Amino acid sequence: MPLRKAQAPNPNFIQCKGCKKTLFVADFEANLRVCPNCDHHHRLTWQQRVEVTFDINSFTELDADLYSGDPLQFPEYEEKYLQAQTKSGMKDSLVTGTGTIDGQLISAAIADFHFMGGSMGSVNGEKVARALERGVELQCPVVIFCASGGARMQEGLLSLMQMAKTTAAVDKCRQNGIPYIAVFTDPTMAGVLASYASIADVILAEPKALIGFAGARVSAQAQVLKIPDDFQTAEFVLRSGMLDRIVHRKEMKATLGNLCSILGHRLTAGAKS
Amino acid sequence: MANSWKEWEKPVLDLEEGVSKLKALADKETDAIKREALETRIEEFEKRIENFLEVRYSRLGPWEQVLLARADPRPYTLDYIQTLFTDFTELDGDRRYGADHAIVAGPARFNGQSVIIVGHQKGRNIQERAQRNFAMAKPEGYRKAIRMFEMAERFRMPVITFIDTPAADPGVESESRGISEAIAASMLKMFELTVPIVSVVIGEGGSGGAIGIAIANRVLMQEHSVYSVIPPEGCAAILWRDPAKKAQAAAALKLTSDSALELGLVEQVLKEPFGGAHRNPAEAAQIVRDAITTHLTELQKLTGEQLRQHRYDRFRAFGHVLGP
Ligand SMILES: [Zn+2]
Repeated sequence: MPLRKAQAPNPNFIQCKGCKKTLFVADFEANLRVCPNCDHHHRLTWQQRVEVTFDINSFTELDADLYSGDPLQFPEYEEKYLQAQTKSGMKDSLVTGTGTIDGQLISAAIADFHFMGGSMGSVNGEKVARALERGVELQCPVVIFCASGGARMQEGLLSLMQMAKTTAAVDKCRQNGIPYIAVFTDPTMAGVLASYASIADVILAEPKALIGFAGARVSAQAQVLKIPDDFQTAEFVLRSGMLDRIVHRKEMKATLGNLCSILGHRLTAGAKS
Repeated sequence: MANSWKEWEKPVLDLEEGVSKLKALADKETDAIKREALETRIEEFEKRIENFLEVRYSRLGPWEQVLLARADPRPYTLDYIQTLFTDFTELDGDRRYGADHAIVAGPARFNGQSVIIVGHQKGRNIQERAQRNFAMAKPEGYRKAIRMFEMAERFRMPVITFIDTPAADPGVESESRGISEAIAASMLKMFELTVPIVSVVIGEGGSGGAIGIAIANRVLMQEHSVYSVIPPEGCAAILWRDPAKKAQAAAALKLTSDSALELGLVEQVLKEPFGGAHRNPAEAAQIVRDAITTHLTELQKLTGEQLRQHRYDRFRAFGHVLGP
């Protein structure tokens, strides 16, 4: 018998991951999961992202049934993959589809960090490429919400090749005059950052999002070299000139809508209905 | 688990020492019959060395392949440039921030034809390694590469890249100058080119740092090179919180040239002399030369737009995706 019975968390309250303050869930949700006290932007599931970004009921998921088949027979991958699927209800770490922002059609990809750290394997890469190509096909802007620890190790070199594949798809958009906007959410790292994410026409980020190429080794080095406290955050990356704008979650929809409509002015599907 | 390729070459080194001693004896021997006997022994030893290398190197495990790919006597990019090309002029400038010697680049001639070469370069001694940053390129290296790719396009020159890096530079400075953007932009530039591109992995194909200059129409791997999404040490640390499981990680990652070929991610594995390229650099170089010649000749039958489309199709097809 356990000495202390674990207390069931009160479903009406939630603790902020930033300031640790206890918040009313209702307030927290109404504030788009941004802490009213410290402004910490909490990670979103893909469904929550759809809800705060697209016009009500406008999002249609596509390519929902793609999944990975453990091509390397990598130890424990199948179990981890199935576990992640069961827990999240997703097939892999990224969802694609079309939706509208202020009535304007958008081809979208939304990574979900909750599924194996948003890692990019074959399926993730394929869906990103399809979302970009769909922009060309439908003549509409492309918006990708990034959230990833990097490439998925369990698919080995195939995962590394997704960096190239997604970059190729960005090239297709560029050749066809399709605007592509990337939004870096917490965290956007490594293989994703070093491929399609960093070559978007416009790059936005959520405040304080972790953004970087390298992980632990840098942190160790960072302690030796006196570097800013905000190293590898959106604020640091903005100062470095590697992104265009930090946008509060409350402003994201309007900012995306505005950018898509201005940059997509020549697109047939870009016009507001 | 071996920590160096030298461990399994120990018997060879012993035999080689024996050979040189016998040779010294034979040189001094005045009696013709005795000298002949010594020479027979030398031949026997040499045969044994060859046999050992042939057998041992035909069954290296993935971790041993990693060690061999990293072995310091392996020929590096500049060695291949020297043997395979003429009139190479190294160009340093990235026109943005600084010079990066982890990547060497410049125009040269290959079989008399003008080409652009870009490749990672490791160092042979402590000083060189520091100067080359262990072949871990910074943003400047990739931006220099981009300049070279643009020049190749402008002057209609095929591009040949040599891949040999543990990773891109993970340092704070690289991060603040946009290492991720530099790698992505370099890949994007390569996709845009309408001239043939051939890449050869000659040692370590280390993740993003490698693929940043490996967007080619044909990707070739030397037999004892490796190509991986993450170093086995890193993989073991992240997945099993135990860097010592690097041999298991190396096996799981399927990072050998044979695996890459099997997965359809490279076009050809280039045989190396028994015991690895460093045991006979001239022979290794000849094999690389023949392969590049063959692939370039084939690619040059395509138009510029076909080459660009071919590169797109090649990478677009990569991935193991199931479902409707
Ligand atoms: Zn808070």
